[in-house]
Amino acid sequence: MKNEFQVIADLIEKDKKVLDVGCADGTLMKFLKDNKNINIRGLEISKERVQECISKGLTVIEGNAEKDLKQFPDKSFDYVILSQTLQAFLNPELVLDELLRVGKKAIVTIPNFGYWKVRFHLLFKGTMPITKTLPDEWYNTPNLHMCTIKDFFHFVKSKDIKIFKSLALNNLNKSTINESNLGVKNLFADLGIFLIEK
Amino acid sequence: MNTEKNIKTLIVKKPLKLDCGKTIKDFPIAYETYGSLNSKKDNAILVFHALTGDQYVSGINPATNKEGWWSYAVGPDKAIDTNKYFVICSNVIGGCMGSYGPSHKDPDQKIFGTNFPVITINDMVNAQYNLLDHFGIDKLFSITGGSMGGMQVLQFISNFPDKSKTVIPIATTSSHSAQNIAFNELGRQAITADSNWKDGNYTSNETNPGKGLAVARMAAHITYLSKKGLQEKFGRKLQEREDLKFGFDADFQIESYLRYQGSVFVDRFDANSYLYITRAMDYFDLAKQFNGNLSEAFKNTNAKFFIISFTSDWLYPTQENKDIVIALNSIGADVGFVEIESDKGHDSFLLDVPDFLSALKNFLDKSYEEN
Repeated sequence: MKNEFQVIADLIEKDKKVLDVGCADGTLMKFLKDNKNINIRGLEISKERVQECISKGLTVIEGNAEKDLKQFPDKSFDYVILSQTLQAFLNPELVLDELLRVGKKAIVTIPNFGYWKVRFHLLFKGTMPITKTLPDEWYNTPNLHMCTIKDFFHFVKSKDIKIFKSLALNNLNKSTINESNLGVKNLFADLGIFLIEK
Repeated sequence: MNTEKNIKTLIVKKPLKLDCGKTIKDFPIAYETYGSLNSKKDNAILVFHALTGDQYVSGINPATNKEGWWSYAVGPDKAIDTNKYFVICSNVIGGCMGSYGPSHKDPDQKIFGTNFPVITINDMVNAQYNLLDHFGIDKLFSITGGSMGGMQVLQFISNFPDKSKTVIPIATTSSHSAQNIAFNELGRQAITADSNWKDGNYTSNETNPGKGLAVARMAAHITYLSKKGLQEKFGRKLQEREDLKFGFDADFQIESYLRYQGSVFVDRFDANSYLYITRAMDYFDLAKQFNGNLSEAFKNTNAKFFIISFTSDWLYPTQENKDIVIALNSIGADVGFVEIESDKGHDSFLLDVPDFLSALKNFLDKSYEEN
């Protein structure tokens, strides 16, 4: 399983109720269900991925986070997970608000556009960056609203959202992000993982 | 119409109070089973049939000598695997394949016709519930059905919240829409306008209102298909002729096809039953039973729901199926949902649609493993 998923799984206690928004083929859901007895649901837009989840015995709803999160009552999940998808929505702010309404806490991960390889690519090659976490070309990327760890950090603060944990991930290295090391982490992490609450 | 000797029948002794206020007792429910009930009695699936279905889900239907209506989905190694599960299906009351209905005789030995009480989806499932006692089943593994079968699924779990582990409503609705009622009314008007209908007092010895029933079937059949599906299958192809005949015979293949569908239907279905069953569908409004709050219908169940709709189904469109998902989510129920891509219209659930059949199989088998 991806290192990112391991970090997310470590943030969630056993026996909780969790919604994985954009759960893809259900890899993380299956892990949480099997290893932490998590009561887990998924929301996924792709019919093919939904079928894969069903074949793994996972409870998944075909739907679009921008429209379909509203059917869940306030704070109906202990955690809501959004992995590397926030930047792909037309209105990320609305989705973030919905995650925090539906979940007592939310775990949001961000592919970091401030990562040095991304900056390096744009600076020296002069073309849109392609990295491990940003694998697509500019013309076929699903990403509409790229941001950096620093952008997200400031955005969340400006919305009075509480940050319980913010972690920087670079391959296998996990470290904590805070106000004082934000600049450095924004340069050396390719992924940011945030545990937040409103 | 009825091949009564081969029909398995349960006589329900217990009185059943119907929604219309009347009470029935000592009435027959015709059923069929597939596969075998295991010793723990935890592998039973109750299948509910749609408007014109019957208890013959799979294999050869003895009344029509054709494949059962859900042969694609039910049978050995199929999505609902009868090597593994014990499948029960019964003819709804009001029907014409052996269960208590308008072609039965009243206590004075007179055929009921339209003197048969008007029945509802609620009455149908309350009648069928007796099958659980009959087989000594405390809790079903699953209940499923498409279209009107899906309505019965929803009503059943609402009435008997702890009697099924899993619940699979397919291509259905929690409330019959104005459009649904309109199409049913069209069918009923076709039947009652047939002079052979005689206020429902035709007998099987006399001529039946076959023409009216055939027209009802033809109109309904169009609603089960999609425009794209019809266009691809028939287009403007002509029926066994080189050119238009400038008359009113069936020039087009689609006309011939519909006429055929109408005529074979008349051979196996009773016109009064068609009136009764479409009425039951029209009266179906599960939310109304709970003061307009559909979620309340499901608040007492811990069952695991899986709801399936089809992209080209315009009779029971995805949104109506999603309304059920929304009602379940709003009370935190365990519910999965998938919309299957298919251009076969509402009939998709009856046909060979591989994505549908694999989703159904995976959901059932994985849920059974977790038992």
